[in-house]
Amino acid sequence: MLDLSLAYHRYRFLGDEFLTWLWYLVETDQNAFRVVDPDCLTLEIGNRIVLENRRGKSIERITIKGDDAGLEEGKLALKKGALVTELAFIFKSGEHQWQFSLKGESLNVSSFKAPGPTLPQSSEEMEAFVLDKAQQFNKILSFLEILYKTFIQVRINAKWSSKITPAIKKWVAPVGHP
Amino acid sequence: MGLFSAAVSITRYRVDGKIENEVTETVAKGLKKNAISEIDEDTVEKGSGWTSFENPFQPAFEGSSFVYGNLFVFSLRVDRKSIPTKLLKKHVTLKTSKRLAKTRRHFLSKDEKETLREKVTAELAIRVPATPHIYDLVWDYEKSAVCFFSNLRSANEELETLFKRSFNLSLIRIFPYTAADLQSDLTDPERDILLGLSPTHFSN
Repeated sequence: MLDLSLAYHRYRFLGDEFLTWLWYLVETDQNAFRVVDPDCLTLEIGNRIVLENRRGKSIERITIKGDDAGLEEGKLALKKGALVTELAFIFKSGEHQWQFSLKGESLNVSSFKAPGPTLPQSSEEMEAFVLDKAQQFNKILSFLEILYKTFIQVRINAKWSSKITPAIKKWVAPVGHP
Repeated sequence: MGLFSAAVSITRYRVDGKIENEVTETVAKGLKKNAISEIDEDTVEKGSGWTSFENPFQPAFEGSSFVYGNLFVFSLRVDRKSIPTKLLKKHVTLKTSKRLAKTRRHFLSKDEKETLREKVTAELAIRVPATPHIYDLVWDYEKSAVCFFSNLRSANEELETLFKRSFNLSLIRIFPYTAADLQSDLTDPERDILLGLSPTHFSN
């Protein structure tokens, strides 16, 4: 294995590309998420998108916040060469939903809200509470782990350049939208 | 911050290696040996160690108190004393004046100033109570996976050091490269392709 400190910086772009790819799937192929977790009704973009454009001399950072996060504005930034560095998601399953943000650079999860057990009222209820809570978190962490594994398999395949990248470019800037 | 919070942050780790035998007893031993000690009566400014998830102000790791089903659940506690800069400056100035008067000099050397500052900091540290910061941790031993409930860099670094010291096991942080290398079932040729990847540009 490479030196981890070097690898962290050298391959951070994989995390950013993973987020961009996820956003693309959210809008074009919800079925991909149901293949990973049959319980997934929908995966939606949440209320925060952070993008960075590192192609110029300085880094331009764009943060889009709010319940009606401006996805078009985000796509415009993508079109200008930015990458998604942080993205909020809503995972819906039945009547429940999980909300979380994922950071591309580190794959750290933040603002993670899971449905779930009410606070235990007694020490007897504690074990059930902990196991239930851990399971609720683990559902999303496993989901993300399998999605990332799928992304890596796609990313190292020749189809990434020949099919996926052109499809994402087309999604970012549809025909007729200069 | 952790399991009881409405919203949490999680950093994921892979545990490198296994405990050879008596897993629960070995973990309990590591937790007890590196449990948090109170520093309120001490001159130090920072203390860290393990504490109980259910009762973080009275750490106890007797029996299987940290075992929940197939998980080990406990917390990292970092106690910090924050001495206000202006308070420190006031006491350093007073002590400096006193020392100069006593030695009939006009200034102190660089080393003397540093020693005096350290002494004043230690004296104030006894009088300032420590603020506890608690971060929960869930360790799935069978899966060699740890979920640490914080993204703070300082807390993560503290965790990695303490975990190694307590259980003689290293934690590998999961980030884009390690997730690809450790969790994506890559063959050697695929790993070579991964190493050669460069960024994609999605703009036209």
